[in-house]
Amino acid sequence: MIASAGRRPALTVVVIYPDLLGTYGDGGNGLVLARRAEWRGVEVNLIQAPSDRPLPRGDLYCLGGGEDGPQVRAATTLIADGTLLRAAADGAVVLGVCAGFQLLGRQFPDAADRPHDGLGLLDVTTRKGTNLRAVGELVAAVDDAAPRSADGSPLPLLTGFENHGGVTTIGPEASPLARVITGVGNGGGDGTEGAWTQRVVGTYLHGPVLARNVALADLLLGWALASRGRTLPPVVLDDGEESALRADRLAGVGSLRSTRAGRVRRGRG
Amino acid sequence: MTAPRSRSTPRLSLRPSVAVKVASTINSMSRLLGRGSGTVIGGRAGLAIDPRLLTILATDRNVALVSGTNGKTTTTGMLVAALTETDSIPVVTNTTGANMPAGHVAALIGTRPSGTVVLEVDEGYLGQLIEETRPQVVVLLNLSRDQLDRIAEVRMLVDKWRAVLGSLEPVEPGGTGTVVVANADDPMVVWAASTAPEVRWVGAGQVWRDDAVGCPACGGRIVFEATGNWYCDQCEFARPERFAWLEGETLVMADGNRYPVVIGLPGQFNRANAAMVAVAAAELVGTYAQPRVSVATALARLAVLHEVAGRFSTVDRQGRVIRLLLAKNPAGWTAIFDLLDESPSAPPVVLSINARVADGFDTSWLWDVPFERLAGRTVVATGERCRDLAVRLRYAEVDHKVVPDPLEAVDAAVRVAAPSARPGGPPSVEFLGNYTAFAQLRSRL
Repeated sequence: MIASAGRRPALTVVVIYPDLLGTYGDGGNGLVLARRAEWRGVEVNLIQAPSDRPLPRGDLYCLGGGEDGPQVRAATTLIADGTLLRAAADGAVVLGVCAGFQLLGRQFPDAADRPHDGLGLLDVTTRKGTNLRAVGELVAAVDDAAPRSADGSPLPLLTGFENHGGVTTIGPEASPLARVITGVGNGGGDGTEGAWTQRVVGTYLHGPVLARNVALADLLLGWALASRGRTLPPVVLDDGEESALRADRLAGVGSLRSTRAGRVRRGRG
Repeated sequence: MTAPRSRSTPRLSLRPSVAVKVASTINSMSRLLGRGSGTVIGGRAGLAIDPRLLTILATDRNVALVSGTNGKTTTTGMLVAALTETDSIPVVTNTTGANMPAGHVAALIGTRPSGTVVLEVDEGYLGQLIEETRPQVVVLLNLSRDQLDRIAEVRMLVDKWRAVLGSLEPVEPGGTGTVVVANADDPMVVWAASTAPEVRWVGAGQVWRDDAVGCPACGGRIVFEATGNWYCDQCEFARPERFAWLEGETLVMADGNRYPVVIGLPGQFNRANAAMVAVAAAELVGTYAQPRVSVATALARLAVLHEVAGRFSTVDRQGRVIRLLLAKNPAGWTAIFDLLDESPSAPPVVLSINARVADGFDTSWLWDVPFERLAGRTVVATGERCRDLAVRLRYAEVDHKVVPDPLEAVDAAVRVAAPSARPGGPPSVEFLGNYTAFAQLRSRL
């Protein structure tokens, strides 16, 4: 796991501020990326980067869900730090989930509905939704125009668990990641879930999203390696357990759909 | 705080008496029919007829409430033990872990109005329970992420607690008012309880700090020192002056008294629960049925507990002792892992995960649990969400077997476990389940 001293590892994965954006288990995305690269023989340095230190340079950054106050603090700290903005401009891959997705955008609200500046890496804007929070399993079909797997095939259905009160609208410089089949997603009435621009991807899906959707994990790994002039080694992993989980969740959604209204509770976030 | 409290009794109109009758009838019928322990259904029916039922039932009682994310049921059991004198009228409590108002009504129905009442309270209902039962003592253990799809995020919950604890009546010489016994080592609990007029701050420890880094007062950063002391780096918010604290296995009072905390339940977290209980028990005004107790008496009485509601209990199966452990969120699992023998010859572990209403529908929290600590031992994954668990274990690089049926999973572990020296001896198999997974297995053993 830890790269040997003195040599730059092939890939550095940075989980951004687990102390502020670690509430929803999304730190697992970093672990999934690191293991899937290692299992294919790629040396990886996985860094958990706390908010009280300068953000390290990395090839692939993950941001997770968090509470309202810590979300504001994370955005303010990242803007002041500057590393993520510079790294993204240099081609680093960025995955933002929930609060982490919102703060990659232009603007997002706090608990009192005051707007705060995001990093502007994604052309999306989040506002406070109605009193109803979107809570439950989500299934979405990846958009036709969204990035495809290395072999050119479209990504399979996205599955995950959403839990948010924000409504996100996508501007002209970003594109939707997927179209909602079951669930709420971005919630702006256009049926979209998540957004992407170049090498920045945002989504509302927990699970964590990369454990439930390993094809997306491999896509992000491929991008990150490409910017180092490498490709993901064509080692086929035994994803039997991941497939069993996907099948279980996709089958479960049908039976959950009828109770969905009961699983939306009041509040925001 | 010595005289019993008196409060004006609401006039018993027809409605509450009908509500009481309906609730108790349904409870006894439900018990007779073998449909559960008859706790919640009757309470729900009673509350439907008269929403003030809990207020009426709690009037003129000495009530203690216990809330927090982890350790509620065990701590409630400890407080009951601490207050129970042999052969006395039993302390009224919600033993089955039915910790929402319908369960509280069911616990109170049909009990003598003279006895002390100790209630475990779901975090989300603390405000309602405080308003309706006007407790003498409220015990606040700890707060961390748990069932995020049902219970709010920690800071949303803390804001609610803060408002309701700020409205408590101060303690008067006549015996009215509420004393809050709160964990001084948990910044979230402290932020909530610092609005209360009367608080006994207990340094009980808090291993899980990942939900407390952002200062709830100003958004600054909470700095934890190696000693356990903490403060915000930007504002005045800091650990309050402690009334008592745990120093290893000793409860130290600010007045200089020291008490050894020797308990039958395992783990430092249970020593922390015992410390909270000892302080809380001594704050409760005594009644004829349950005379006032000292810290030393409380500790001596709770020491005899070896299990609470099945948690930490053992069962024998084919000559193997299986220990049953419950953990339902990252902080709880981390604490439970500290109990496990981590030697190479350690007994096999069965992990069972469900995701029903009472567990939370989202299993993402599994990725915050340090399953990596189980590497090298025999691990069986089971429960309704064994697929989620299996993927988590794969990325933790922990070898495991998936057996969806929990009883078959236990038997798979029993087959490879070393025989136990004696019934009730050290465990040959460890079973760890979250809330409904734990209950399911217990009902089948």
